[in-house]
Amino acid sequence: MEVIYNFLEIILPFDFMQYAFMKNAFLAIILVSPIFAILGTMIVNNKMAFFSDALGHSALTGIALGMLLGISNMNISMILFAIIFAILLNLVKNRTSYGADTIISVFSSIAIALGLAILAQSGSFNKYSSYLIGDILSISTTEILYLTIAFVLVFIFWSKLFNKLNAVSINPMLAKSKGINVKLIDNIFAIVIAIMVMISIRWIGILLINSIMILPAASSRNIAKNMRSYHGFSIIFALFSGILGLIISYYTNIPTGPMIVIILGIIYFITFGMKKLVNK
Amino acid sequence: MEACGLHCTKIKNISVNIENQEIVKNVTFDVHCGELTMIIGRNGAGKSTLLKALLNEVEHTGKVEFVDMKDKKNKKIKIGYVPQSLNIERNMPTSVYDMFASYISDKPVFLKKNKELYETIKQNLKIFGADKLIDKRVGNLSGGELQRILLSIATYPIPNLLILDEPVSGVDRNGTRDFYEILSKLKDKYDMSIILVSHDLELVKKFADKVILLDKVVKKQGTAKEVFESKEFKESFGTI
Repeated sequence: MEVIYNFLEIILPFDFMQYAFMKNAFLAIILVSPIFAILGTMIVNNKMAFFSDALGHSALTGIALGMLLGISNMNISMILFAIIFAILLNLVKNRTSYGADTIISVFSSIAIALGLAILAQSGSFNKYSSYLIGDILSISTTEILYLTIAFVLVFIFWSKLFNKLNAVSINPMLAKSKGINVKLIDNIFAIVIAIMVMISIRWIGILLINSIMILPAASSRNIAKNMRSYHGFSIIFALFSGILGLIISYYTNIPTGPMIVIILGIIYFITFGMKKLVNK
Repeated sequence: MEACGLHCTKIKNISVNIENQEIVKNVTFDVHCGELTMIIGRNGAGKSTLLKALLNEVEHTGKVEFVDMKDKKNKKIKIGYVPQSLNIERNMPTSVYDMFASYISDKPVFLKKNKELYETIKQNLKIFGADKLIDKRVGNLSGGELQRILLSIATYPIPNLLILDEPVSGVDRNGTRDFYEILSKLKDKYDMSIILVSHDLELVKKFADKVILLDKVVKKQGTAKEVFESKEFKESFGTI
């Protein structure tokens, strides 16, 4: 870790880099941004923005249930609950002829209400209210290590399964005729999103996590012409706004999460304006 | 045209119930290789649902058997499918290469293009005169162009049975005629059985080897002439 810290100080000789918390936050951002940027491409293509939002909301219930069941590590109860939540959502979505948005909304509302009710009743809401906004500056060195592992795993997953995900997204029946297990692929993707959302939610916050996942890909989609540029732009936008957001927040006292999302929002509207030019 | 007589796809007693409603009931028919079978029927007759059952996409009873006529043994059938539409919008960043590669390969399309794969895809598109479209975005293609690309995907590798759900709109009359001509050539060249849900009765008359009139059950099957002159046909479509 020391080596990485020293390296960061050398390549980024700014005064904010002398603080360990800034170095950690910086590392977290360069790990998390690309992951969300690539997951986002498929979430946007599959029109799952609302789905990932609901997953974020389920974090509160995960914490609350963990507390009720006496699980000491909140991360575990959150991740487990999110996985169950995601699979259940997929199941109900496939079983009914209702619009998916209605089903997701029902699930999302129940999750957040249940979480709030349990936490408030047991008097520990204040303890966990920081999850709503998140704080990237509080990230620890061990957590960076977990993020690195997640980073590697997601990239392996993406290289192995992206084509199948894309095939299912374009037409599930066609994918099935080519021997792809559609339901399995759907569920694995939902589980990966659930895990990534849960391990990042404490630093990014329930309210903003979805923006960080959706906006880079949505902006990229405005100007990309194929899957390569779609991924490329999405990763660049996410890294750029993440790093810039962190630096601006250091000098201005604006919290990091909201700052990043504001920059992402500006990028979105710029690319939206470029859309017509690109598609001429 | 005479069937080659070597293979036969037997569709036996297919029934589909969705939420306690009978959509398709006891559908049984045979498809011989090198034969173009067209399914017709009014809206809501269960045509698309029948195709879904053949592809195992909905719960159903009955089965699809693929029989080698020489030794009368059942074999595993390879089915190619051409869908009616795709979940793709205009300007979506999916090129024809991206889409094709996603269905036939695991080489990640978000990384650098794989040269070998690119050539394979190009060659296959060329069969349908679509090789120039390989770098175009799927969402910006015309209905006819898209149909040819989907056909190219469905026939790589060559299936025993090709199932097509024809789009209701988006392809003009000439486009549809060209498409049917390609299908005709395809079934002769590769000795492939083809089942097509069609909406253009005039073209059905011209191209079908066998016509199946569906309205939940098989109302009538036979040559185009037999079906079009039947009283069941008049009940479904009125007189045309």
